[in-house]
Amino acid sequence: MATEVHAAEGATGYIIHHLTPLHFGEGFWTLHLDTLFFSALLGGLFIWFFKSAAEKATAGVPGLVQSFAEMLIEFVDTQVKDSFHGRSQLIAPLALTIFCWVFLWNFMDLFPVDIFPLIGSLMGIDYLRVVPSTDLNATFAMSISVFFLIIFYSIKIKGAWGFAKELMFQPFGPWLLPFNLLLKLVEEIAKPISLALRLFGNLYAGELIFILIALLPWYIQPVLSFPWAIFHILIITLQAFIFMVLTIVYLSMAHEDH
Amino acid sequence: MSINATLIGQMITFALLVWFTMKYIWPPLFDSLEERRKKIAEGLAAAEKGQEDMILAEKKAKGVLKEAKEQSSEIVSLAQKRANEIVEESKELAKKEGERLLVSAKAQIEQEMQQARESLRQEVVALALSAAEQILGAEIDHGKHQDILSKVSNQLG
Repeated sequence: MATEVHAAEGATGYIIHHLTPLHFGEGFWTLHLDTLFFSALLGGLFIWFFKSAAEKATAGVPGLVQSFAEMLIEFVDTQVKDSFHGRSQLIAPLALTIFCWVFLWNFMDLFPVDIFPLIGSLMGIDYLRVVPSTDLNATFAMSISVFFLIIFYSIKIKGAWGFAKELMFQPFGPWLLPFNLLLKLVEEIAKPISLALRLFGNLYAGELIFILIALLPWYIQPVLSFPWAIFHILIITLQAFIFMVLTIVYLSMAHEDH
Repeated sequence: MSINATLIGQMITFALLVWFTMKYIWPPLFDSLEERRKKIAEGLAAAEKGQEDMILAEKKAKGVLKEAKEQSSEIVSLAQKRANEIVEESKELAKKEGERLLVSAKAQIEQEMQQARESLRQEVVALALSAAEQILGAEIDHGKHQDILSKVSNQLG
């Protein structure tokens, strides 16, 4: 359908159109309105669902909503308890938020690639990219927040000097200080970058393949998009899970004193 | 594909979401989970205790039953003994009664025999006297021949 609209620009135009966010502003102060809107909407959905479960929470026989929420809570709690041995009020809720939010972001990938841009164009919006995890800003926002938390907890638990000592004297002892420092800095900085890029790369590639499939004749599309969508159900859950587990692991590493 | 201010907006949203989850979502749900876990644990403990109590009660009941059985068998044996005694006693009584009856019957028989003998003797005496009368052809005077008569009758007795 949308293929005809962009026929003048060809397949490349179609792909570029689909991957261009709805933006506002110039330079650094550009805002991707679609990313902001959809991630906030999905965050609201997450909050609304869990809030309604929490309000009706009872220790007696749980309702359907509560059961589902508790299932997720227990799942996240198990993950946290498996790798994190300290006490923290933050980590489990953080992990839950990350898992659900990223999952919902990724889930947007399963909607037909043309449906939201079509609705958008009917409303006069030229560009619309509905999957927040295909926006580096979204994935980096999350991973950089996690990075800040890693730094914060490292300093809080080990003290500023303790953290600095860990950066300088490990893993090879004080004689190789510059080397240690370099290694450690790379290690720390690699954490948020790998977190963000892994999620972004998986979802961006997935979305791209959906777009490519959408370029094919209609009678071939289902044969390809159906198995890809099923495979994607695995990917979106797995990526949300990986992001959550790695966050827990990084934060528990920040809590461990050597 | 550039990093821009969207990042900051996303970070704010993320922080708000985490804060909200931490404050209003995780604690009540987790508490209700914990509370239910506790309740279930309590329920299980109570069930276990109930089962133990039941086993105890069963044991007690078995003991009571056994005691009752012993008591009843004791009573039965006592009753049997008593019955045997009664039977023995009545047997003894019957035996005695029989002997008594036998003795009295014997005495009666003796008496009757005596009587019969007496009457027989008198009849024999009378018969002998009448036979003697006929032989002698004369009447024997009872008054005169009292000695002879009594001698004969004594001989016949």
